Amino acid sequence: MMTNELILFLILALVAVVSALGMLFSRNAVYAALFLILNFGTVAVFYLLLNAPFIALTQVTVYAGAIMVLFLFVIMLLGAEQSGRTPAVRWLRPVTISLGAILLAEAIYIIYTQRSLLPAKLATSASFGTPNSVGEILFNQYLLPFEVTSVLLLVAMIGAIVLTKPRT
Amino acid sequence: MLPVAYYIGLSAVLFTIGALGVLIRRNSIVIFMSVELMLNAANLAFVAFARAYESMSGQIFVFFVMTVAAAEVAVGLALIVAIFHSKQSIDVDQMNTMKG
Repeated sequence: MMTNELILFLILALVAVVSALGMLFSRNAVYAALFLILNFGTVAVFYLLLNAPFIALTQVTVYAGAIMVLFLFVIMLLGAEQSGRTPAVRWLRPVTISLGAILLAEAIYIIYTQRSLLPAKLATSASFGTPNSVGEILFNQYLLPFEVTSVLLLVAMIGAIVLTKPRT
Repeated sequence: MLPVAYYIGLSAVLFTIGALGVLIRRNSIVIFMSVELMLNAANLAFVAFARAYESMSGQIFVFFVMTVAAAEVAVGLALIVAIFHSKQSIDVDQMNTMKG
């Protein structure tokens, strides 16, 4: 049982990391967007493994659906598939890669040394993470932030309309 | 259930790839997608900790992060379209009008 889950995790983690690297290195922005959709889908499966079905389906509809369609639409609208080919500063790439390696090494070191502080595996109650419990806590404990979110979305909508309006 | 450290490690790897994307790429849309990847890595860590501590607050926070990401994408892509209309390019190296 444990090994099945481990094998599933490793395969999914491989897909997630390879698709993220594909996004990083693909020359064409459309391919980068498609790789990112694959990555979001894989992360949605991780959410399902972690007892978060509501978040997983929100991930698929909001991220892989709405947000990435918007990205693809803008890429094709602007014809920007091949943009960003100007030669970079010569020292940029080695410096960036070494900074990234340092960041990753720090993160792995901290996770490795602090792993005893992380909670041991717990027994899950059957109702943990169901959409029911998400709704219950969202509309009781987090009602005010939820309402403020609607103002944020309204501001974003107005901002997008104002920014793309042709100057008259 | 696997130890939560596995998921946090994966989240750190994805976050680093996103940060590298922001620093290496010159296409502002791809830079923007890398920012989304970093947000996604943070969400994965939130959900993993929510599962480990059996606390629903982590999942609720991911819900709010997704809302903010959607708002950010709408405004950001509108900005990119506006920049493209004025400069005919979305290359970040071309955005140097205010350079001294």
